[in-house]
Amino acid sequence: MKTRFAAEAAANPLIPHTAELIVGFIAFTLLFLVLRKAVVPMFEKAFAARTEAIQGGIEKAERAQADAAAALESYTAQLADARGEATKIREEARVQGAAIIEDLRARAQEEAARITASAHASIEAERQAAITSLRLEVGSLATDLASKIVGEALEDQARQSRVVDRFLEDLATETGRSN
Amino acid sequence: MRAFAFEGGFVPPSTADFNLPPAFGNNEFTTKPILLVFLSVILISVFFIASSRKALVVPTKLQFAGELIYGFVRNDLGKEIIGAEFMRFVPLLFSLFTFILTNNIFGIVPLLQFPAMSHVSFPYVLAAFPFIAFHYVGIKKQGLGHYLKGIAFMPGVPKAVYILLTPIEIATFFLVRPLTLSLRLFANMFAGHLLLLVFIMGGDHLIKGVIGLKLVAPFSFTLGIVMTFFEFMVQCLQAYIFTLLSALYIAGALADEH
Repeated sequence: MKTRFAAEAAANPLIPHTAELIVGFIAFTLLFLVLRKAVVPMFEKAFAARTEAIQGGIEKAERAQADAAAALESYTAQLADARGEATKIREEARVQGAAIIEDLRARAQEEAARITASAHASIEAERQAAITSLRLEVGSLATDLASKIVGEALEDQARQSRVVDRFLEDLATETGRSN
Repeated sequence: MRAFAFEGGFVPPSTADFNLPPAFGNNEFTTKPILLVFLSVILISVFFIASSRKALVVPTKLQFAGELIYGFVRNDLGKEIIGAEFMRFVPLLFSLFTFILTNNIFGIVPLLQFPAMSHVSFPYVLAAFPFIAFHYVGIKKQGLGHYLKGIAFMPGVPKAVYILLTPIEIATFFLVRPLTLSLRLFANMFAGHLLLLVFIMGGDHLIKGVIGLKLVAPFSFTLGIVMTFFEFMVQCLQAYIFTLLSALYIAGALADEH
């Protein structure tokens, strides 16, 4: 009974015990030092590493995206270049084709003109030859005929020639009149 | 059981029930709460060193569990409340939270079943740490004179009000804050443990009584179990509140204006 009373007297719960104060201080300080030294830096390290990993991943993705965009741009540019090139080549081909056609046409015309001209020349030459031979033949025929009719030998070259000329002149005049 | 020392009459649990005799002889450093406090330090240290040792980017389950608690204190109690300079105070807040939480939960852990914080000495010691911390950072940040002046003569108040306000403010900063911090924790743990004692010891007494009382005993035990769950909530909440208020006091001392 006496011990109980003594215990209750000492049991005012607001009075601290010296032993507990000392232990509380030592225990908490110990825990504080352990956590500060060994735990907090490690967790912070893990957090920092994680943040870096996530940020690194994002940066990598961004870089890949930029690369892809650049590649696309370069392909598009190349495609546009190729299209331009094709158009230019087609245009050149068209121009060249037109030039070739023009050239061929000119040459054909030239050829045609040349052929026409040579034909004209040959016709003219043949005509001249025909006229000359005709004149000789007609002359001798007429002279023969005339000498037979007139009975007069016209052996003299000069006279013969004069007669032929006169005849032809007459012929020409008659042809001109009839025209 | 001491409660049954008197011819079967029920003696309700009292404050004396909190004073357990030393486990080893007469050495007052071997009482249950002291041994529990040391046990808590060992358990917390082992758990957090084991969980943080590898500091992996992709955490194991153990590391994740540790990070969950650490991250809660660091971000929700440190960063959110203290702001830019929070990292300096994270070890203190983290130690306070884990130490109080573990010792509180010891109150409902079978076989241990005693909250060390129901011995007022421990809350006194624990409140001293944030008390010193917030005064220290206040003096360091604002200078001793400016800091004390800011406490005693709050700026932007009519002069006459100082007659009333100055004693209140001084008492608040130097007496009320550490006392409420420690007594709130102490009283909650003390009352909670007493409540459990009432229902469990009461049930124990009832079941030894006459048949009518035996029938009532299960209700007492059931309520004891219900109160155990309730206690768990209170234990977590008190650890949170203690750390939260410590952070708030530090944040207040860091802020230039009061």
